Parts: sequence; structure tokens; C-alpha cells
Amino acid sequence: MARSVTQQRKAINTAVAWAVGLLIFFPILWTILTSFKTEAQAINDPPLFLFFDWTLENYAVVQERSDYMRFLWNSIIIAGGSTILGIIIAVPAAWSMAFVPSKRTKDILLWMLSTKMLPAVGVLYPIYLVFIRLGLLDTRIGLVVVLMLINLPIIIWMLYTYFKEIPGEILEAARMDGATLKEEILYVLTPMAVPGIASTLLLNIILAWNEAFWTLNLTAANAAPLTAFIASYSSPEGLFYAKLSAASTMAIAPILILGWFSQKQLVRGLTFGAVK
Amino acid sequence: MATQHSRSAARIMMAPAVILLLGWMLVPLTMTVLFSFKKYLPLRGGDLGWVGFDNYVRFVSSSAFWPSVQVTLVIVGGVLAITVALGVLLALLLDQPMWGQGIVRILVIAPFFVMPTVSALVWKNMFMDPVNGLFAHLWKFFGAEPISWLSEASIQSIIMIVSWQWLPFATLILLTAIQSLDSEQLEASEMDGASPLARFGYIILPHLGRAITVVVLIQTIFLLSIFAEIYVTTQGAFGTRTLTFLIFQRVLESQNVGLGSAGGVYAIILANIVAAFLMRIVGKNLDS
Repeated sequence: MARSVTQQRKAINTAVAWAVGLLIFFPILWTILTSFKTEAQAINDPPLFLFFDWTLENYAVVQERSDYMRFLWNSIIIAGGSTILGIIIAVPAAWSMAFVPSKRTKDILLWMLSTKMLPAVGVLYPIYLVFIRLGLLDTRIGLVVVLMLINLPIIIWMLYTYFKEIPGEILEAARMDGATLKEEILYVLTPMAVPGIASTLLLNIILAWNEAFWTLNLTAANAAPLTAFIASYSSPEGLFYAKLSAASTMAIAPILILGWFSQKQLVRGLTFGAVK
Repeated sequence: MATQHSRSAARIMMAPAVILLLGWMLVPLTMTVLFSFKKYLPLRGGDLGWVGFDNYVRFVSSSAFWPSVQVTLVIVGGVLAITVALGVLLALLLDQPMWGQGIVRILVIAPFFVMPTVSALVWKNMFMDPVNGLFAHLWKFFGAEPISWLSEASIQSIIMIVSWQWLPFATLILLTAIQSLDSEQLEASEMDGASPLARFGYIILPHLGRAITVVVLIQTIFLLSIFAEIYVTTQGAFGTRTLTFLIFQRVLESQNVGLGSAGGVYAIILANIVAAFLMRIVGKNLDS
């Protein structure tokens, strides 16, 4: 008896949860569906859900007319470059704070986090000016550096929390066996740290990919990534629903897939260990 | 001896990150503070000298200032209320046993991974457009007059778009917190005859208190500086000019750097007040 009640409850839960889940996901689903319609079908009255002539035409047109690949490539360079650069700088820092903590470690960590709280708009003009002076405006390298800096606190924090979980005894044992600092890092620490570094990498690529303040304000034609490319569709002459949908689908698909792998890391990376 | 050695090694390893972040913080911040005390119009004469607190007074006394503060607070408050309330409900729902839990979770989390310019444009054109938007079709279906959302109900529309983006974040964090709840405590209360509502009010909600605080603080920091959603929808028109957008317009559009910088300093102070609370919670957690 009790069992059938729980089965029944489970069925109700399932129905409600799927309905809510699909409702929340609907805008994304609708965008993907629209990307396979013709422009006329996209604004058909009443709206067409599944029964239309599926076409790949929009994807071809978006690439042809706007050189989508160039924006994609910029996004890849900027998101990937800033993340890799950030990790190279953050690994030693996080390592030393996790394994050689001093009295000031906590203060340093909190201070680093506080730089993340600085509202971007408050320093927009100085950065703009520095970029002009250094010839970095509308260059990929400039954005790589800025996005690396804004995400560096999160990278250090995530790595720190992962490194903290590696038992210090193992390192001591390696030291006792006569391992040098270099050997210790290379053969003992690195293999244990790889999963943490991979998760950090993943989350930060997502954050950098979607960043839309500096990418919009510091780029024009050359270095513009997908965020800026999509924003260009906001002008009235760019109002083609099917093409907008195709461009949007291409811009979000890689990150949606990466994001599904990084659900767990999201909590760790964005709450700074305040929620476990 | 070894500790001495590793300590200095540790300091060297930390140096690049510390120096970079210090530079990233101090250089632009110093420039912003300096500019804020100057009359600085790059396109109309450039640096026109020191003006004391003139910019600070003018920024606050301009007719755009208080509306922008109000809009900012309404948007931040609205999004927080919606995401926390729905987030708690969704987290409770997702915590229940069901079939296909993993897939539902993915569906719910997905909006967080959509880049802000995409979600703003998709909502603006494909849902909120008064002629071709899905909402217009829905309204017509029920015999109502379609609403041009972003001009007639602009703030509500923006709150809706931003809530959609941030609901997954709140849900995910609250779900993580619910899952760390001791199930024995819940079972014991159930055996003692506590109603579901009582269990929620006396056990689950207090347990979620800290997670809710963290969600509120982190979201506040991000929401205070939302930009792309307004940039691609209304460009600050129809009463949607937030403090962030006002400063952006002063600095880059009207090229009044002194005035914009004074606004920037206000924004920095505002963000720091929120950040101070967040830091206290994070700091406490570091000790334990």
C-alpha cells in the first residue's frame, strides 16, 4: 500500500517537474526550432511548432553574409586564451596558499575576491583610455588580458578549494622520500590536481564566453566575439527571426554542452565555498 | 630550514597573481577617482582642470540620477524576489524522487549558460515583439490586445528576462543546500507528526537561510551591473536606465568623463557595501 502511494507521488512529481523544466527551457527550444524555419515560417500566424519544412538554409546564410566563423574564432581565442593564461598564473598562487598557508593567506584570498566585486562600469573609462594608449582597443590580446584579470579571483578561489582537499600528508611523505619541490609538484601534486584544474578551466571558459560588458565596449570590427555579433542583430535592419535564431543557436550550443558537464563546479566556483 | 625555503618559494609563486590583481585594482581605480575631481571632456577641450566635488554634486543633482537609482533597486529587488521564491520551490521540487531527474535538472539549469545578448534578443524579438512575438499570439488567442512589452511594461519585461537568466543559479545553489540537509532529522519530524508545511517552516527554511543569504548577496553584486540586457533591448529608454547604464552613457556616449567617473565612484561604494556582507560570510567559512 505504502509503496503504491510513493509510486503515485513519484509519478506526480515527475509530471510537474517535467512541465516546469520544459517551460523554463522553452525559449531555448523555440530558438533552436525557429533556426530551422524559413523567414516566412518564423513569423507565421499562428506560430508553427513542429510541422514546417525544416531547412538548414539559415545556417549557411549567417556564415555567408556575416562571416560567422571569424566571430566564433574570436570567441574561442578570447575565452580559451584568457582561461589558460589565468590558470597558468593561478596554479602557483593557489598551490602556495593551500599548502604553505601563512597568517595572511585568508586576508589575501578575501582581498582577491573583493577585486571581483569592483563594478566594471566604475573603471570603464580608465581601461578604455589605457587601451587606446597601448593600441589594445579592438584587439584580441587586449580582451584576453582583461577577461583573464576579471576571472582570475574566481580561478584562484576554485583551485584553492580543490587543492585544499588534497591531503598534505601525501606531500610530506614525498618530501621524506627525498622528492625535490619540482618532483613533488610534477609527480605527486599534478596528477591529484588535474580534475580540479579541469573543472576550473571549464567553468571559466563558460564565464569568459558569455562576458558581455567588456566584449561589447572594447571591440569593434576586428576582435568582436559572438556576444558582440549577436548584439548587432538588435538593430532593426537585422530583424530576421530565423537567421537570428540560427546565429543564436550556434553561439550558445558549445557552451550549453560544456555547461551540462560543469553543473557541480558551478556552485563551487560561484559561491566561493560559502555553500557546500 | 625546509619551511623557510618553501615559504619564500610560496611568496614567489604568489607574486604574479598578487601584483597583477593589485595593478588591475589600483591603476583604474586611481584614474577614476582622479577624473572624478576634474572637468574632463575628451571631445570638447579635454582636461579642463580640477573642479573639486563639483562632479559628485552634479551627478546626484541631475534629473536622471534618482530615477536611475530607483530603477536599479526595482530591477535588483524584483529579480531577487522572483529568483529566490521560485528557486526555493524549484529546489524542493527537484529534490523529490522522480523519473528523469538528471534531464529535468539540465533543462532548468540551461538558461544560465545562454549568453546575455542572446537571451535578451530572443526574448525581445521572439517573445515580446508586439506583432510577431509569441506573447502577442497568445494574447490574441485569448482575445486580448497584444502588449508592446518593452515600451509599455519595460521594467517588468527586463525583470522577467533577467530572472529567467538567474533562476537556474538560485535553484542550483539552493538545491545543493537542500541536499546537504540531514534526512534523519526530516524523518524524525515526520514520525513526530509534523505536517509538510511545518517541516518546511521549521527545518528546511532555517537550514536554507545561509544559502539564501549567499544567493542574495552574489546575485546583488552581479545584478547591480547588468548591462547587455538593457543595451540590446531598450538602450536605457522607457524608464529602464539603471545606474550602470547612466554611467555608461555619461562616459562613452556623451563623453563627460569627469561626471561619469563621479558616478563610477558612487557605484563602487554601493557595490562595496554589499560585498562587505558577502565577505564576512565567506571569511567565516574559511576558518571552519
